[in-house]
Amino acid sequence: MSQSYNRGLIEDFGRWREFSAGMWAWVFHKFTGWVLVGYLFTHIAVLSTALQSPEAYTTTIQSLESLLVVRILEVGLLSVAVFHILNGVRLLFIDLGVGLESQDKSFYASLVLTGAIAIASVPTFLAGVFG
Amino acid sequence: MSTQVPDQTDDESSASEAETAPAAQQRRMEKKRQRAAEAEETRQTEEAEAALAETETYHLKVFRYDPEIEGKKEPRFDDFHVPYHKGMTVLDALMYARDTYDSSLTFRHSCRQAICGSDAMFVNGRQRLCCKTQLSDLEEPVRIEPLPHQEVVKDLVVDMEHFYDQMEAVEPYFQTNDLPEGELEEQRQSRENREKVKMSTRCIWCGACMSSCNIAAGDNQYLGPAAINKAYRFTMDEREGEDMKQHRLEILEQEHGVWRCQTQFSCTNVCPKDIPLTEHIQELKREAVKSNLKFW
Ligand code: HEM
Ligand code: SF4
Ligand code: FES
Repeated sequence: MSQSYNRGLIEDFGRWREFSAGMWAWVFHKFTGWVLVGYLFTHIAVLSTALQSPEAYTTTIQSLESLLVVRILEVGLLSVAVFHILNGVRLLFIDLGVGLESQDKSFYASLVLTGAIAIASVPTFLAGVFG
Repeated sequence: MSTQVPDQTDDESSASEAETAPAAQQRRMEKKRQRAAEAEETRQTEEAEAALAETETYHLKVFRYDPEIEGKKEPRFDDFHVPYHKGMTVLDALMYARDTYDSSLTFRHSCRQAICGSDAMFVNGRQRLCCKTQLSDLEEPVRIEPLPHQEVVKDLVVDMEHFYDQMEAVEPYFQTNDLPEGELEEQRQSRENREKVKMSTRCIWCGACMSSCNIAAGDNQYLGPAAINKAYRFTMDEREGEDMKQHRLEILEQEHGVWRCQTQFSCTNVCPKDIPLTEHIQELKREAVKSNLKFW
């Protein structure tokens, strides 16, 4: 073998159409985990305006909550958190060796439940923003 | 042919009147036979062609690459149209393509019955054992590539050296210092224990699982599903004894051992022997935790 042809790593994500349930669960779990970490920093930044004065905090929150994008992002944040928790519980069961044969079904269940909870939350999150 | 046709000039000059009649007759018969043979031949070729046109063919797109030949250094895909027969596997189709169209098409195979583990390939986006994969289960064109995450040597042949190294790393053989009393006494295994390791013994070293694992792709030192499964086969074997179990767990709980597994289930999905690989890896993780954490 004089030289061999390495097709590299990049093709992996080029094959996303062929990913199986377990692979998607992994991708989503990492993604949602890091989004939550990102939110944690935003969350701290917003909360720490209260260190200046109670009014600064109130105006920051009020101006943020009056924006439609923020309301939509909140629905997104809830979905991300719910999926991470549900799939996290699924992963804990997998670690315990429980229900490994239905790991794909439990992933789909997490997705469906996340979707349902996100839709149910829309009225609450969007209330008043159009007023 | 020449032996069948009588020499005409010779016949006409030397033969008498009485002799000419049977000779001419013979010649006519000879011609007739010849014509019939020709007609039969054309009929046969026509029939064969018609049959080929009628029979279903499968369209294969096969990965080609040969670093040793100028002009084949650039990887490409070749198309083959292979006549289909009921029960035809991907391996059968590859062999037909090689034997009929291009003898340079290179791939490994041997037993053709899912025993030797030499023909795992990437077929329609998934690691499959070609001799165990029915063409009728696949959509056309059937795309056949060498196993991903292994270096390609030529066409569909990949370098398995690294995979074998990982298999060797877990000491894939029975060892024990728990010897029975008598020298000739057998080392018996309980039925329950045999049942426990049963699935793990089925591995044929095809490398499909390793190729499907994207952790193994990113971490070259990761033992990989097959090696961990091999280790499971002996770790769970009660005849090896407690000492050996500890020794095996020490290999497994290293940085590039069981803890690399992220439970993506890719290996379990592709294993042609239906070994519950993820389940075995998870069980070894728990064994590793149990042997390290002792609260009691
Ligand atoms: C009840 C809530 C939560 C549960 C049940 C949970 C569960 C899990 C589990 C089981 C994993 C391991 C996944 C694996 O085995 O690969 C994980 C990973 C992760 N979680 Fe959570 N989690 C929760 C909340 C959070 C929060 C609030 C954050 C962000 C601040 C977070 C960030 C992450 C990240 C970044 C990872 C990926 C770590 C890595 O790269 O391996 N999680 N989570
Ligand atoms: S565990 Fe299954 S996929 Fe992996 S090498 Fe063995 S037989 Fe092949
Ligand atoms: S040819 Fe032996 S396993 Fe397929």
